[in-house]
Amino acid sequence: MSLRNNRAVLLAAAASVLLVAGLALALFWAPEDADQGFSQRIFYVHVPIALTAYACFGWGAWKALRLLWTRDSRYDLESYTAVHMGVIFGILTLVTGSIWAKISWGVWWTWSERQLTLFLVLFLFYCAYFMLRFSVESGPRRANLSAVYALFGVALIPVSFLAIRLAENFIHPVVFTRDGPQMSGSMFFVFCVCLAAMLGLFASLYTNELMGKRLDARLRELREALE
Amino acid sequence: MTYFADVAALARKDILLELRSRDTLPAMLLFVVSALVVFHFSLPSDASATASTGLLWIALLFTALLGLGRAFTAEREQRVLDGLVLAPCDRSAIWLAKSLGVLAFLGVAEALALPAYALFFEPVGWELVAAVLLANLGLAAVGTLLAAMAAASRARELLLPLLFLPLVIPVVVGGVGATVVDNPGRYLGFLALYDLIFAILSWASFEYVVAE
Repeated sequence: MSLRNNRAVLLAAAASVLLVAGLALALFWAPEDADQGFSQRIFYVHVPIALTAYACFGWGAWKALRLLWTRDSRYDLESYTAVHMGVIFGILTLVTGSIWAKISWGVWWTWSERQLTLFLVLFLFYCAYFMLRFSVESGPRRANLSAVYALFGVALIPVSFLAIRLAENFIHPVVFTRDGPQMSGSMFFVFCVCLAAMLGLFASLYTNELMGKRLDARLRELREALE
Repeated sequence: MTYFADVAALARKDILLELRSRDTLPAMLLFVVSALVVFHFSLPSDASATASTGLLWIALLFTALLGLGRAFTAEREQRVLDGLVLAPCDRSAIWLAKSLGVLAFLGVAEALALPAYALFFEPVGWELVAAVLLANLGLAAVGTLLAAMAAASRARELLLPLLFLPLVIPVVVGGVGATVVDNPGRYLGFLALYDLIFAILSWASFEYVVAE
């Protein structure tokens, strides 16, 4: 147990250091963007958070697949925790994206920004994941249902992305054309640090949450054994 | 071949049950026509033809939802699902049979809805019919799996729309796209791709939804 605790502490420390370093680099060291100026720096927060959210959903689906494959119930908690983290990072993506849209284009929401729309769809989808989970008695049935739903989620990501690209042709003419960020070497370096920081944050939160949930389950078992 | 015999027997059971009890289909038919009438009053008189197309797709989606909500009611009330799961047939056959039943009801509802739409709003072109047929496959495949999930939960009817709507947003995009653009090929292709991906996924994962 102490080894596992040590690992969690190390992970948390690494994530904190990387986060502080990444933010500092993004705010003070990265070169100013020629077009968007200072506001472009939210890119170093927004995009890593979005990529981390994808990583969470992917990780959750991988654990779900393992659950269906091996029928080992511990994967259920792991998959659930990963999806839980994914939803938190997804909300952060929506919030930071919304702030960026307000600063760049003067509106809080724009349907022409593909990634934001995709995250809204995913957010709705994974909120229903929680509804499903909380309305089924805990046990192998709930584990199976959640796992199948989490697997549908990773299939939905590319399909929705394609759908949103196709929808742009008739729902919304592309008003705001945004060239891909012309990333210089130093910008790319800062971006990588920030991405590593967010992934580290996810790993740290995931480990802690999982430890807490396992402790909770163990406590419940012990309490039931006592009664 | 026994697989398809199982599917045929199970699908026949669903359709026979519906023909005798007439629980779901009349409700779907009445709902889709009522929805179109409500849409007439909710659209401003100068609304464009494309707006009514979007509303038609919403009407079809909710009609499908109405049918899907009832799809596993008989099984649940009479505890037939436990028996079906114990029966010596492949469990995905249950999904396939149920999907075929849903597909049939949806087809009948649309056979009424599309002429009604043509009567009340705009003429119906071949691309709308093709898009509706392709969309039906995806709606029935995904919807049946989600209806089985919702039937296993406490929330039941409440849960199904929440699970169903985010997952079928691509169907709406494909369907509306195929109807309003000049060159519908890409959108029809996208609908076919959606059907393929989610039908395979539903077929493969249904066993885990019904089995303990």
